[in-house]
This record gives sequence, C-alpha cells and structure tokens, in this order.
Amino acid sequence: MVLKIQEEKTFVKKIQTGAKPVTEVAGNIVYDTRNLNLWYGDHHGLKDVNLGIYENEVTAIIGPSGCGKSTYLKTLNRMVELVPIVRTSGEILYRERNILDKDYTVEELRTRVGMVFQKPNPFPKSIYDNIAYGPRIHGIKNKKILDEIVEKSLRGAAIWDEVKDRLNQNAYGLSGGQQQRICIARCLAVEPDVILMDEPTSALDPISTLKVEELVQELKKDYSIVIVTHNMQQAARISDRTAFFLSGEVIEYDKTDVIFQTPADQRTEDYISGRFG
Amino acid sequence: MRYIDETAVMKRMTKRITFNKVWKALFFLATIFALITLAILLFRIVTQGIGYLNIDFLTNFASRFADKAGIKAALVGSLWLMGVVAPVSIILGVGTALYLEEYAKKNRINDFIRMNISNLAGVPSIVFGLLGLTIFVRMMELGKSILAAGFTMSLLILPVIIVAAQEAIRAVPSEQREASYGMGATKWQTILRVVLPAAIPGILTGSILALSRAIGETAPLVVLGIPVILQFLPDGLLSQFTALPMQIYDWAKRPQEAFQYVASAGILVLMTVLLLMNSIAIFIRNKFQKRY
Amino acid sequence: MVSQKENKSSSVQQLIANSRNHKTKKIVEKAMPALLFSAALISILTTFGIVFTLIFETFEFFKRVSITDFLFGTQWLPFSGKEPLFGILPLIAGTLKVTLIAVIVAVPFGIGSAIYLSEYASEKARRTIKPILEVLAGVPTIVYGFFALTFVTPILQELIPGLKIFNALSPGIVVGVMILPMITSLSEDAMSSVPNSMREGALAVGATKFEVAIKVVLPAALSGIIASVVLAISRAIGETMIVSLAGGSTPKFDLNVTDSIQTMTAYIVQVSTGDAGYGTTIYYSIYSVGFTLFIFTLVMNLLAHYISKRFREVY
Repeated sequence: MVLKIQEEKTFVKKIQTGAKPVTEVAGNIVYDTRNLNLWYGDHHGLKDVNLGIYENEVTAIIGPSGCGKSTYLKTLNRMVELVPIVRTSGEILYRERNILDKDYTVEELRTRVGMVFQKPNPFPKSIYDNIAYGPRIHGIKNKKILDEIVEKSLRGAAIWDEVKDRLNQNAYGLSGGQQQRICIARCLAVEPDVILMDEPTSALDPISTLKVEELVQELKKDYSIVIVTHNMQQAARISDRTAFFLSGEVIEYDKTDVIFQTPADQRTEDYISGRFG
Repeated sequence: MRYIDETAVMKRMTKRITFNKVWKALFFLATIFALITLAILLFRIVTQGIGYLNIDFLTNFASRFADKAGIKAALVGSLWLMGVVAPVSIILGVGTALYLEEYAKKNRINDFIRMNISNLAGVPSIVFGLLGLTIFVRMMELGKSILAAGFTMSLLILPVIIVAAQEAIRAVPSEQREASYGMGATKWQTILRVVLPAAIPGILTGSILALSRAIGETAPLVVLGIPVILQFLPDGLLSQFTALPMQIYDWAKRPQEAFQYVASAGILVLMTVLLLMNSIAIFIRNKFQKRY
Repeated sequence: MVSQKENKSSSVQQLIANSRNHKTKKIVEKAMPALLFSAALISILTTFGIVFTLIFETFEFFKRVSITDFLFGTQWLPFSGKEPLFGILPLIAGTLKVTLIAVIVAVPFGIGSAIYLSEYASEKARRTIKPILEVLAGVPTIVYGFFALTFVTPILQELIPGLKIFNALSPGIVVGVMILPMITSLSEDAMSSVPNSMREGALAVGATKFEVAIKVVLPAALSGIIASVVLAISRAIGETMIVSLAGGSTPKFDLNVTDSIQTMTAYIVQVSTGDAGYGTTIYYSIYSVGFTLFIFTLVMNLLAHYISKRFREVY
C-alpha cells in the first residue's frame, strides 16, 4: 500500500512537471490540475487530484459511479459551483491561469470551455436559436454573422445536412441522437478551446452513439476534449489518454493503450476487466 | 380444528359486498351533488337572464327602471380594472417567484417571505378591502378610483400568481439552466432567455385564472366604496368607475322582481367573461403542456 | 498547429471579446436580485399593512368603546342613536351559524366525493369531474349569493314554514356548496398520495374497496383531510357576499337559524354601503370587526398548516 502511494506520487509528479509522463513527448498542456481537493459539505469528493490535459487530444475519465469523475469534469468549468455547499482547494491552471481564483470570471471561462451534458438538453427553441444562443448572449447580434456561425457549427457537428431545411423548427422535434449533436453544435458556436463531455452518449442508442463517437474523433483536430464515460470500450475506442478515478482519487493516468493493456495498478486492472464497477 | 369457519365467512362476504355497493353509490351521489348544483345554478341564471340580454343591455348605462338598465359602465369599468390589476400583479408576482426560486438562499428572511405568502392567501378578501380603504383610498388619496381598486385587487391575487409562477419556474428542468451556464451565460441572462420563456405558458395560465378571480370579486370593492349608478365611462386611472360584480350586487339587492332578471343578465355577462378567460387559460395550458 | 489555434480564436471568440460589455452586465447582475427582492418585499409589506391598518384603527375604536364591552357584549346595535352597543358576540354567533351549516353540508359531500374520485372513479370519470369542480370553485361568490337569495331561500321557505326571507340556513347551505370543491380537491390529493402498495396489501387479503377506503386510505390521509376542512372553515368564516345577500342584517346572539342574522363580514358590507362618515365610531367599528375576522381566519390557517405539517404521514 505504501509502495502504491509512492508510485502514484512519482507518477503524478512526472505529469505535473510537464515532463514526458510515460512514453512520448506530449503536446501543450491546456489544463493543469494541481493538488485539487473538493468537498461536498463534509464529503471529501476529490482527493489531491493532479492531472494534465493536453491540447488536441481526447482525454477520457473513467471509474465507477460516485468516483468523482463527473465532479472533476464540472470543476473544469466551475459548474460544480451550482451546488452551494461545495468547497475546493488547490489549483486548476487553464492556459496558465488558475480558474479557481476568485477574480476569474466564470462566464469568461465557460465561453472558452464548452460543455456537453449527459442528457441532451437543447432549449425548447428553434434549432437556429439554440445554436445562436451562445453568440447572442455574448453580444453578437449581426444576423449575417449569426447565420454563418449557425451553419458552420451545424456542419462542425455533422448535422447540417439533416436539419438545414428546418432550422426554424423546435429542437425538441429531433431524435435523441440529433438533439445531442445539436447540443454539440451549440457548444461549437462560440468556438471554444476545450469541450467537456459528461457521458454524452449514455442516453443514446448504439447508432447515435457511434455517430457522436465519430464526431468526437473529428473534433479533436480543432478542440481539446475531455470526456467522462461509463463505457470502457468507448474510452478505449476514442481517447488518447485515460484517467482512472476511484473514490475521488486518480488511481492511474496514462496513454489509453497503456491503461487498457498494461495497467500499472491492480485496481485499474480489476476495473477495466469488469471485476467491479 | 379450523379457526376459520368457511360458511360464516361466506355469509359475511355477501353482506360486505352489498355494503361496498351501497357506499359506492352514496359516494357517487355525493360527487353528483356538486355537479347537479352547478347545473341548476347555471340553468336558473340562463333562463332568467337570457331574456334581458341584448345589445341595449350591453350599451345602456344603469337605470332606475329595470327594462332600461344596462351594464355598459360596469363592463367597461371591469376592463379598466383588469388593465391595472394584470400588469401590477403579474410583474410583482413573477418578480417574487423569480426571487424565491432563483435567488433566495435558505435563510430566515426567505422562509418568512414564503410563510407570509401562504398566510396572505388565506386572508379574507374583505380584509384586503379594509387595507385598500386605509392605504390607497385615504392615505395615498387615490379616492375611489380605478387605481386604488386595481392596487387592492392586485395585492389580493398576488399570492395566487406567485404560487402559480413558482410552480411554472420550478418545472423548468435544471438541465436547461446548466446548458445556459455552460455556454458562459450569466444568471440573469439564463433567467431571461431560458427560464422565463419556458415558464411563460404556466405563468400565463395561472395569472389568467387569478385574474378571473379578481374580476368576479365583490367584497373589496364594496368596502372601498365603489359607486354603482354611474352615467359615464372612466376617462383615466384616477377616474371613478363601477365594476360588473358591484352592479350585479346592486341589482340583486333591489326588491323589485324585475331586477332579479336584470341581475341574472348581468351574471351571464360576468360568467361569459370568466368563461372566455378560462378558455384562454386552458388553451394555453394544452398547447404548451409537456414539452420536456 | 499553434498558429491554426490563433487563427480560429480570432473569429468568434474575438468578436465575443470585442462586444462584451462587462460593465452593464455586472450592473444588471447585481441590480436584478435586488429588484426582484423588492418585489418579494411587497407581500411582506401587504401583511404589515393589513396588520397595522387593523391594529391602528381598532385602537382608535377602543378609545371610544371599552374592550370588554366589545368582547363580551351580547348586543350589537351600532345604529341605535343615543346609546349604540358594540358587543361583537352576536356577529360571531351569526358567522359561526353559517359556518357550521356550511361544514355540515360540505364535509360529508366533500369527503364522500373525494373518496369516490380517489378510490372508485375511473380515470376517465376523474378527468371529466375534476374540471367541473374547478368551475364550481371559480363561480364568483356574488353569483352564489344571488342563487341563495333567489333560489335556495324560496325552496327552503316551502319546506320550512316560518323561515324568514333572510336567515342563516340558506346562506349556510350555499357557503357549503362554495367550499365543497376545496374540500374535495384537497382531500382527494391527500388520498391519492397514499401509496398503492397499502391498498394492494388490504385488497390481497380480500378486503372490499369500501373497507380499503375506510380502514386504510382514510386513516392514512387523515391529516390532509382535516387540514382541508380547516382551510375550508377559514374560507367560510371570511365569506362575504353570500351572507350579505341572503343572511340579513340583524345581529342576534342565539342559536336560531331560521331567523335573520348578521355575520362579521356582512356588517362590514352594511357599513360600507351605507354612509357612515369617516371618523365616526361606526367607521372605526368595521376595523375592529375586520380585525376579529382576521384573527379567526389566521388561527384557522395556521392550524391547517400545523396539522398538515405535524401529522404528515411519511410513506
């Protein structure tokens, strides 16, 4: 046990210092989480989390329910603050600035960091208004620019051809899979830097799931993506890096193939081989 | 030795089943009682009032003579009254509901506000009349005007609108709010662009029902001293006016039998207005129901 | 790759950065909660307004009439020129007579129909009957008053010889009809929230629906039902137009229901429609009666609140 902790610490340190963690030289770090702790009231939800998230990669976060993976994701755009009893300590550097600083405006952060939720949650408005929501709240009113943004975002989310003739229809008329891609398009409309995805396919059928997975692969060319998933195969299929969370701790973080083929920690192995979770 | 005697059970069974049937019939009659009463009430009023209901009745002013009496001033006055009550009560009610649902933290002041609203809903309407008489008619010197009555009525239906608006706001799923915050929207932007648009059908339905209560409410107007026999239409918010229920009250009190029919005709007009408002409310409710 | 990133952020993110107006946004974010809070304060101010209005004017009244005469006097004769009497008991008696009759009418019918709707009625029947009850609840009280005076009273006069044109019976029955939908609706809510597993447990050992309703559902929903009755009583006490039209204006401290009475609310109406000048004892008396009425209904409302909170069944 002691040995394990020791191992973890050195491992974590490697990532923290930005040195090549395991195998190759990594790209730029987008998010650098340092000694992040989080409490829900008395419950210690995240324990000393250290993670680096890299540009133009898909980083998957896996772990059993209640391990803190969603909480961690929501800390990255400070959505976790919507729960009033949450406290945090440590730092999360996003592009070298600590987002947990009091004077970091969350609205600015969330404009740069988009989020896609577990259940598709389009607004009960037209498809067009859904996509234009972000640009509009940030003060873009020019109709021509908005038209361009809407088309570009819908194309980016690979749904333009399906909806181009009914942009004025309510987004609720679409299927679950289409709704989720509308939500991704809504996210793309402000051209974010990072996209956070919280189990984006858990409410979708297999075919829609496949489409979203393909889309994620496509999007990583332009965006850095962090995806929380319950589905280990999905993590193995689409991610470049995988972090395994257990009871609020990062047990292991590495290249996805390393995690899935030669995990260093017994618990990781147990989890990915389906012995618990 | 068996404890349960089959024949005795069976014997009791028949009795129990008959009992069940008899009581079912009684409960059904209890339910029908209300419906029958409503039917009789409507039937009476329609048969009594329909004969007096014509264009002249709608366009005439009040009169000492039953066959010349009209409801014009009261109908127009009630519309003026709603013109004050609707904006005042809806703005205050929705504002309060937004505060309680979106901003209020759990503390004593807010608990007090919540408790206070539920108690206010139980205060008899005539007491609101006394409040209006002291504060609006006398202290603020608005007199027996549309404005004074409008403010009084607004306060009376405010709790109803608050509760309806709270329910409508609560029914907006939190995922919608999260989606908006996730895009970098501020709290007020989220409320204005996501929460309110989604809650508006519910708010409107509740508000229209509350307004229909206000339009039929008589007691506060009586206490404010709203006059009955007016030969002119209001020309502004500070003008004197009369209202449908006041006019009906006056006719109903008169000893001459002919005025009973006039009162019935007046009630028909009032009920038609109520029916219209309720239909609109039901239409909105059905049109926008269950969108999530 | 890095340069590509720069390029991209120069479009929409750049536009956003340019158009963002932090100052107004910040002011709005700060101002709105304050503005909405002040809307919420109106309801508090209303309560304070009611309480202070009633207290101040009642205080004025007690400068002229002794408080013991008011509380314990059995004669309410405010208009008798030289020596007016302000004993509120007759008005309270009038109010309670009407309320009691209303409860006798509304409770069996209200709870009976609640049982029918919750335990026996098909979904379809429920969907037809409930909106009709809503209509009944939405009928203005002035209409009920007119109905009591012109329809119920004449019928009762046929049945009960010696019944006066103004009496407690007719408005009492009609007030009962008025509060009936309230009892039905709230009681039905309470019964519907009794979980089906409890019903199934009893039905599975061979109980009839009636036995389930009386021995299982009714006890489980009792607090909700009682609370609904108490709330309805509060409504009956505060009811104004029915009793003004059909109850009369003769305050009497007795138990007679066939004779003309006067309730607290009807007295306020009587004074308001008359021409008692501002500042007279009669003028202030409506506030003292209003205050008494307010206390009655407040106690009832708090009691209902307490019952439904305190005895709420936890399933």
